[in-house]
Amino acid sequence: MTDKDNGFVVFSGVQKSYDGKILVVKDLNLSIAKGEFLTMLGPSGSGKTTCLLMLAGFETATQGEILLGGKPINNIPPHKREIGMVFQNYALFPHMTVAENLAFPLQVRSMSKSDQEQKVNHVLDMVQMSDFGNRRPGQLSGGQQQRIALARALVFEPELVLMDEPLGALDKQLREHMQFEIKHLHERLGVTVVYVTHDQTEALTMSDRVAVFNDGIIQQLDAPDKLYEAPNNCFVAQFIGENNTLEGTVESFEGDYANVRLENDQVISALAVNVGEVGEKTLISIRPERVETEAERCPEGAQKITGEVLEFIYMGDVFRTRIRVGNNDEFIVKSRNSPSQQRLQPGEKVTLGCMNKDCRALDYQAVSKEVLT
Amino acid sequence: MANFQPYDTSSDKAWYYIFRVICGLIFFFLMFPILVIMPLSFNAGNYFTFTPEMLRLEIEGFSLKHYRDFFTNPDWQVAMYNSFRIAPVATLLSVGFGTLAAIGLSQSHVPFRRTIMAILISPMIVPLILSAAGMYFFYSRIGLQGTYIGVVLAHAALGIPFVIITVTATLTGFDKSLTRASASLGAGPIRTFFKIQMPLILPGVISGGLFAFITSFDEVVVVLFVGSASLKTLPWEMFNGLREQISPTILAIATILITLSVLLLSTIEILRRRSERLRGITPS
Repeated sequence: MTDKDNGFVVFSGVQKSYDGKILVVKDLNLSIAKGEFLTMLGPSGSGKTTCLLMLAGFETATQGEILLGGKPINNIPPHKREIGMVFQNYALFPHMTVAENLAFPLQVRSMSKSDQEQKVNHVLDMVQMSDFGNRRPGQLSGGQQQRIALARALVFEPELVLMDEPLGALDKQLREHMQFEIKHLHERLGVTVVYVTHDQTEALTMSDRVAVFNDGIIQQLDAPDKLYEAPNNCFVAQFIGENNTLEGTVESFEGDYANVRLENDQVISALAVNVGEVGEKTLISIRPERVETEAERCPEGAQKITGEVLEFIYMGDVFRTRIRVGNNDEFIVKSRNSPSQQRLQPGEKVTLGCMNKDCRALDYQAVSKEVLT
Repeated sequence: MANFQPYDTSSDKAWYYIFRVICGLIFFFLMFPILVIMPLSFNAGNYFTFTPEMLRLEIEGFSLKHYRDFFTNPDWQVAMYNSFRIAPVATLLSVGFGTLAAIGLSQSHVPFRRTIMAILISPMIVPLILSAAGMYFFYSRIGLQGTYIGVVLAHAALGIPFVIITVTATLTGFDKSLTRASASLGAGPIRTFFKIQMPLILPGVISGGLFAFITSFDEVVVVLFVGSASLKTLPWEMFNGLREQISPTILAIATILITLSVLLLSTIEILRRRSERLRGITPS
């Protein structure tokens, strides 16, 4: 996918610095296929929005080249790039009606009045807002404004649409609803979408591929399931979904697996994804739902980990059990509420079971909790 | 009328009335000198006094003759002609330059913004007599003293600070992502300015323009320095009239000007409300 000729949008060695000293984006190489839904995900300050602004033309790249449809666009001003954009605060023109807002890009392109009207009606239909053409943006609710903003970015039929946290200002329920609407629109129109968000659920549910940004670098670029199930480094494992980490030292290798000795001398076998030599420190990442509180429930070949129950939280459909494993007091096990699932009491000693392929030995790096929220 | 709470003490109640009396006195102090000249302008006599007939509200005590004098006397007509020839052009210049300056100074990358802003605002702060004297010497050197263009330019300089202040105030509420949105939809900078930015800051531009207009229309000091006998404006003629012959015609003009000012200020208020309404529906 990094082939320069195949990508519809290509970032090639792009760097960005606002002050000439600190690089906000460090050597970005990214190729986006035509029709793809790509999400740039990361904590604030990770460089994802800067990348989007460079693509839109509102910021210039300090180094490197950005290509759209094979042509470099570094020297093309934003209004000549033919890229639709949806803004976080909608950015609808308050002095125009909804229909005038939608007709604006068509007027710019000197389209005839009747064509304009037809297109405007078409996109209003598309976002199910046909009756709202004569309203002003201020008379619409947040979700309705967002739909109009979406329609306005699509009405002039750009091949590429950028979305900058478009659902950030909506409440949770509406946000989930709009996620599906945007996804369906994308599927129907086949337009290429570059979406920026800091919400990992949004990224996982909507995207074909997700680029996880941190510190100006793409930490991992993969399909959502890969990202969740097979994170390549500690940051991605922590940032996407819930994650348990166990600190330990690599003792030996057995094929693709590493034996890792925890602080309390337990030895765990984990997939050696991103570890150094024998004797070096590593963090093992295990998803809470891939651990069983009763080792017997695991399939054949599961390894056993011992721990002590600290807290049992009943959440309806699932149980969350907080367990001390090694020196980690925050080891969470998520189990489905089924009749045979036992409810553990604090203080109980347990033997947890998990498959060694679900334990991933990653790079040892301290990831502060603040970055992740 | 007063809605006192059970716990209000008698001094609370007394203060309630005293406060209103003080406010009333302030209003009286501000308004009385202006209001008193209005009935006086309909005086049938030739002095600044209420005649016994007027006080008895007899119809013979009142007349429109001072208004007639204003509209027929060639001196006043020339003065009015000059005022209406100077003020609108000065206003246009103020609005044009002031708006551009405000937009430029609202951009964060402009160096020395505060200093430039302070210099542009200074005509409003520096004593008028100093500006006027300075302009006199400067304009004499470059041959603008006593010319129509000279007076227009001088008045434009006085009006610019008002436009800058009102437009800057409107711009602080202007959502910058709107210009980005416009660009992303394919509109170039000029179209974006006229179709998106201008309509939204228009209330500020217009109220700034009204202030600039009033400034030019009421101004007497600078005209005395920079103008010439052929460029006498209404305030100049009124000033002369007061010094040389105390004619009630001045009262008639004053009444007309007050009415005009009230109308203009009402327009400002209506525009301000409109702008607030537009602002209110701007998503934040």
